[in-house]
Amino acid sequence: MNKIFAVSAVVIKELYRRKDFYVLFILTALITLGMASMNFFHDDHIVRFIKEICLALIWISTLVIAITTAARQIPAERESRTIFPLLAKPIARWQVLVGKFLGCWLATGFALLVFYIFFALVSASREHTLHAPAYFQAFWLHWQMLGVIVALTMLGSVALSTPAANMTIVFVITLGILSMGGFLHLAAEKMTEPSATIVTAIYFLIPHLELFNISELIIHDWPLVDWLDLLGLTGYGLCYAAFFLLAACLVFRRKALN
Amino acid sequence: MLVLLLECCFCLAAWLEPIHASKVNASEHTDSVLGSLLGDGRKFVADYFAVQADVYFHSGYYPSVFDEARAQEVQDSDISHPETGKHEEKGFMGPPRDWIDRFSRHFRPSRHFHLEGNKTEEMLPWLKLSAELDPQRVQSYLDADYWLRTVGKSVDAEDFVRQGLRANPHSPDLLYALGQIYLEDRKDYSRAKNLFLAAKKEWHKRDDPKPAVSKNGEEVKDYLLLESTLSGLIKAEEATGHLDQALRYLEELKPDAGDPAGVQKRINELQAKIKAQSGSNR
Repeated sequence: MNKIFAVSAVVIKELYRRKDFYVLFILTALITLGMASMNFFHDDHIVRFIKEICLALIWISTLVIAITTAARQIPAERESRTIFPLLAKPIARWQVLVGKFLGCWLATGFALLVFYIFFALVSASREHTLHAPAYFQAFWLHWQMLGVIVALTMLGSVALSTPAANMTIVFVITLGILSMGGFLHLAAEKMTEPSATIVTAIYFLIPHLELFNISELIIHDWPLVDWLDLLGLTGYGLCYAAFFLLAACLVFRRKALN
Repeated sequence: MLVLLLECCFCLAAWLEPIHASKVNASEHTDSVLGSLLGDGRKFVADYFAVQADVYFHSGYYPSVFDEARAQEVQDSDISHPETGKHEEKGFMGPPRDWIDRFSRHFRPSRHFHLEGNKTEEMLPWLKLSAELDPQRVQSYLDADYWLRTVGKSVDAEDFVRQGLRANPHSPDLLYALGQIYLEDRKDYSRAKNLFLAAKKEWHKRDDPKPAVSKNGEEVKDYLLLESTLSGLIKAEEATGHLDQALRYLEELKPDAGDPAGVQKRINELQAKIKAQSGSNR
């Protein structure tokens, strides 16, 4: 485990050295504060609109951070030839991969935490209350979802030829699942065979990332999600992350590095 | 050669630009930053924002583009969504189709109810943005007017409706809405009457040339607006004691009213009142 943590520590340090996070955070903050300064019919209590904009920006920013960070890890090591001295040490390939995954996931988690703290401050300044348990649930599920995406991106980084192709494919898959994943079964009902069966199979096989998005509950002040359901969804996310990570390890084990 | 070409281009631009500027309508709406960025796509975005306001009214419980109920919800023109009993209605979701659908309902809005009281103000930013992007979208102004008046912001409602009238000066709906503000909130009956008369005139200009029913058998003319406008005129005339004029408007209302028997009853009551008044004056 020490070897895995050592690899992950390097990844975490890499994130706060790069400009991606700072640029995206400043952009999110500027847009959110700009929206918050707009006057709608002389009412200072309108807050849901700002929450929606801020959460949408957080989702976009953290997706970009997670996918670009994870997609670069193995290819960058290969291009700079540092993968060889790394593997010359007493560390297995799977440990490198898991370490990279853990580092990306934790780094993305830290970035996500900063975003959500900003979001909580902006909301609290308008509403004069802090829905800490609800925001924690949103942050936790968002982080679990990013774990699935980071694992998928790691699989892509060892299976595909270039980081650009990997990032594009993962973005398309992620956005597709987030927007349409929950409705594939509705679409399948209107299709003829064999399309209906194929779409239904895809519906049951894909990781339903849209389940992790509880922004609607946060924006419209719905009650908390039941903690057991939260635990169940966390387990669901971890299973998919583990599956993608296992697949990545199997591919990486036999991959030529030069 | 290149310099000569550049000079020709400059001369052409200097000649064409004033011609183009003079052909641009002087009263053309000046786009906001968002409107300029979106171009003609702003009408699509304006419609999306207006639907977002409805989503907020339902606290996020709203059919997606993949649900058949969405078309019905979007076309529902009754702003206030009146319920006959409790505020909670039946939803569009139906029973869960599979375990994923069942599990997903724990993580999204899954009950149908409407925003109440001051919470309805949360819809207003979307309506304002919708109106800004597509000033010809009259419904945005009408929806915002209704909800602003519901929370007691009559002044803001009037300002917004007037903003709509600047972009749509011949809209009978907006004239009626402004008339309602003067009738019910300001109690300025003469001004309300003038606005209702203007609304009636614009209604006839807009709807008289239309056929009574479309090819699908649906009503094309907005008789509900005409009925509301005439009702407003009747109230204004009754409030100022002009009962004869009120009676004339009731008789004008009767043929197109949704409840002609109810209107006839009012006519009879008013006639009796006029008779009683003229009897006591002798």
